[in-house]
Amino acid sequence: MSIRKVIERLLFLVVVIWTASTITFFIPRISKRNPIRERFGQLARTGGFSPDELEIIIESYSQKFGLDKPLWEQYADYIGGIARLDLGVSLYQYPKTVLELIQEAIPWTLGLLVVSTILSFIIGNSLGAVAAWPRAPRWLRSIATPFILFMGVPPVLLAVFLLFFVAFRLKALPLGGAYSIGVIPDQSLEFYLDVLRHQLLPALALIFGTVGGWVLSMRGMGVTIQGEDYVLFAEHKGLSGFTIFRDYYLRNALLPQVTGFALALGNMVTSGIVIEQLFGLPGIGTVLYNAIKANDYLVIYGVVLFITIAIATLMVMVELLYPLIDPRIRE
Amino acid sequence: MATVTISQQEFQQPSRVMLFFRYLRRNPGLFIGFFILIGLILFTVIGVLTIDSSDAYPLSVKPKQPPSLEYPFGTDFYGRDLLAAMVVGMWQTALIGVLAGAIGTLIGVTLGFISAYFGGRLDSIIKGTCQILLPIPVFLIQVVIAGSLDKRDVTIYTMALIVVLLAWMWPTIVIRSQVLSMKERQFVSVAKLSGMGDFEIIFAEIMPNLLPFIAASFVWSVFSAVFASFYLAVVGLGPLREPLLGNTIWAAQSQGAFFNGWWWWPLLPAIAMVLILTSLALINMGLDELANPRVRRTE
Repeated sequence: MSIRKVIERLLFLVVVIWTASTITFFIPRISKRNPIRERFGQLARTGGFSPDELEIIIESYSQKFGLDKPLWEQYADYIGGIARLDLGVSLYQYPKTVLELIQEAIPWTLGLLVVSTILSFIIGNSLGAVAAWPRAPRWLRSIATPFILFMGVPPVLLAVFLLFFVAFRLKALPLGGAYSIGVIPDQSLEFYLDVLRHQLLPALALIFGTVGGWVLSMRGMGVTIQGEDYVLFAEHKGLSGFTIFRDYYLRNALLPQVTGFALALGNMVTSGIVIEQLFGLPGIGTVLYNAIKANDYLVIYGVVLFITIAIATLMVMVELLYPLIDPRIRE
Repeated sequence: MATVTISQQEFQQPSRVMLFFRYLRRNPGLFIGFFILIGLILFTVIGVLTIDSSDAYPLSVKPKQPPSLEYPFGTDFYGRDLLAAMVVGMWQTALIGVLAGAIGTLIGVTLGFISAYFGGRLDSIIKGTCQILLPIPVFLIQVVIAGSLDKRDVTIYTMALIVVLLAWMWPTIVIRSQVLSMKERQFVSVAKLSGMGDFEIIFAEIMPNLLPFIAASFVWSVFSAVFASFYLAVVGLGPLREPLLGNTIWAAQSQGAFFNGWWWWPLLPAIAMVLILTSLALINMGLDELANPRVRRTE
């Protein structure tokens, strides 16, 4: 791949991030809500200081957050902050910064999402590949059908059913939380096993809620590959069915699927955020949910921007690394 | 004479209705999808006509009752009859879906046609905008918008608008690529040579041939609108007073429904949502197959 293309993609990434941050900057400013007034209005109701004092406090805090400056200056500060990865501070857990909140939550989210994404990719693509392989046994090929049939069911709904059947009826797994109540987090094996038990249902929901897309696209890809001359050639050479499946058919069908990986990640993150909140896991989704509940605007926008940057970066990275694994499109 | 009439009957082209049913047999996904959808519509319509919809709001019936003869779907913590809540919720979900789907498709078709048919700088602006917006997770931007609104301003209609605001890119891209390939076909060149104007070509020549694609893209838009509004509602950004299906699950979860043994509360709206989304996904896939028979042949 030429240097020019790399630079082009990186510029594209910058434009995407800039667009996303511009959207997150201007939407709240169009709205009539004033987070500082809302926050101190709440405090005034519980804490009891006079309305005059309230106005002074609001003014001084608006100054502190730079809200009295002209809009273009605020915008420049904001974009400058993003360039330095400074996403602002939380209004509710002041003086904690948004980045600190994200740092505390990210291991939970990453753990759940990375494992689920990889497993979903593996399961979905193997099922899809087998479903399109004419020599596979009939029962094995038909496993894929229900996944395609229920492709429209989002992971969050699957989570509700898993909660009902596995956790509520069978009482086999916990109903929610990151670890059992009363357990103190430490480095022991018992603690990790406890965490794993709590992660199992959310992970299952995420995996099986996203497998269908992989099955469908891999099946389509597999059908196309079967008609290729090199597969025919391998058959006429007398190679065993399994060798053809693994080395000629699967390897070639898998490559284009990698490009879908980044796009699938976006859906995974969206569902992951909602599922975390449903199960009460202390990840980024819960940070976002709590911020929404408390009207902690800066945290909402910070988290949204952080996730957007992460996904867009991953997408461009996959695109740039793709020629390394697929020599056919190397220039 | 009699034999002639029989043979005439034998060679008669089957009626369009017959052909339609025969086609449905070849395209079972479309059939099942329509079947579920009609069932859902019947449930909602009959429900709206027979049930007192004020029971779908808090403090109207005895709270926390499991499903029984009196309350087939049970009642919730706030004293809502869940059967009434489901009927109203389905009706509102359909409203959001169809409204947002129609607007999204309209924008997509318009932009897609302008972009592909006229080309040039306009095309690169529209295409570029779509490409830049696509990697941004739509749901998160919707969270920002919904979160910036005053809670009292969030209604079913604002939900539909929030959902559609960032859902027109995909229809635009799909329609654009179809018009691009359609534009090069011979019948369009013939129309051009015979002196037809641009608008006549678009509406009389290209549009009718694209109808299955536009229909598939409409169903896709409805699907994604229902999906997005459901997710927004599940995280508590929906119109809080309305019994939207996602809202019901959100309320159930925040009251710890499973912990307290009120299993029917989140379960029934979840089942309804599965039926809605599955039927839409199946119809969308079926229409894709109808629009593009080559997909079928490769299977």
